[in-house]
Amino acid sequence: MNYHEDAELGAHIKSRASYYEAPQGLRDSIVLALAEAELPKAEHWTKRWLEWQRWMGMGVAFACGILLSVAVSYFHGDKTAQPNRIAAQVIGGHVRSLMLTHLSDVASSDLQTVKPWFNGKLDYSPPVADLASDGFPLIGGRLDYMDERPVAALVYRHKLHTINVFVWPARSKYLPVYGTVTWHGYNVTSWQGDGMQFWAVSDINTSELQKFAELLRDHPST
Amino acid sequence: MIKQTQQFERAALPHLSAAYNLARWLVRDEHIAQDMVQEAYIRALKYFSGFRGEDIRPWILSIVRNTCYTWLQGNKKVDEQLEFDENRDSGAYEAAFGSSDNNPEALLSSKQESLRVNFAISSLPPVFREVLVLRELEGMTYEEIAIVAAIPAGTVMSRLARARTMLRAELNCPMIKGGQ
Repeated sequence: MNYHEDAELGAHIKSRASYYEAPQGLRDSIVLALAEAELPKAEHWTKRWLEWQRWMGMGVAFACGILLSVAVSYFHGDKTAQPNRIAAQVIGGHVRSLMLTHLSDVASSDLQTVKPWFNGKLDYSPPVADLASDGFPLIGGRLDYMDERPVAALVYRHKLHTINVFVWPARSKYLPVYGTVTWHGYNVTSWQGDGMQFWAVSDINTSELQKFAELLRDHPST
Repeated sequence: MIKQTQQFERAALPHLSAAYNLARWLVRDEHIAQDMVQEAYIRALKYFSGFRGEDIRPWILSIVRNTCYTWLQGNKKVDEQLEFDENRDSGAYEAAFGSSDNNPEALLSSKQESLRVNFAISSLPPVFREVLVLRELEGMTYEEIAIVAAIPAGTVMSRLARARTMLRAELNCPMIKGGQ
């Protein structure tokens, strides 16, 4: 076949070459990105408004301006500082779980007990792994509330330390990797995989927490 | 502001597959293509208030194209690597299909032919690849392609003729010639 005619070659391309359809999730992540792209414009608009107020030289307007700029920086800052905001919630959840002796709603080291327990309590099924052979036995699971939604909390133990892993669906495919942060003596590390975001928190040192995170990440999800 | 974003979404999101297909053919990687489309859509939203045309598809595709070219210019090494991988992967594919004997003969040769055509198109330089993709896969007119590629319609025709000649040569090249 030599495809001498342009139409013949065209038909051959149309029937054989791949047409790549936009993958699932691209649309959602674009809608999210577009919503976030609006924020800098809001700030710009506020600045102009503040300038206009200064020109007016009115005390009341000035006070309003302060209020408004505080509100804008609060909402704007809220978006940009989201990882830190979640890290603070994660530490809060961890500390509360230790304080209230309310570590687990389902206390079991058996995957087949812990994983089904979440059925009907969440609109997703969290990946659960048994890392007992690596020195991080599963202790149980419970529900918590993070990032404005109910989330799964999985409890692991390492020696005498408790590790809480909070898991919930990732909001965007393009969320950056946050790495590890230390706060008030607690280490928090986060990553994404299989459409979920994972936040592990504990008082074990950063290298051990990293090791745990890597084990969990590389473990075939159950 | 919110209303404008909604208008933009209504107008531009129906062309998401056209945008992704073009980006995927230009950068030859699904993840980079997704990043390109997302970046292009954010850019397009910024310029949307200045958009006065009737047909948004060539306009949005021209932004996708520019985003991809910027990436290609800055990532020549990565792009060559992708080309190499594609080469290797398609070989692996053919080996896989070739060794399995429970596949009907017809399906086997049709899969192989698709790999061969895909490979031949992706080995063309981007300026020739894009006119073929827009014309044959997207079914665009010369005038529409002229808007996407920012060239006169006459140049579209000559590039298309050149691209077809190159593609014929690729398809007849013994290196990637199929089982016929």
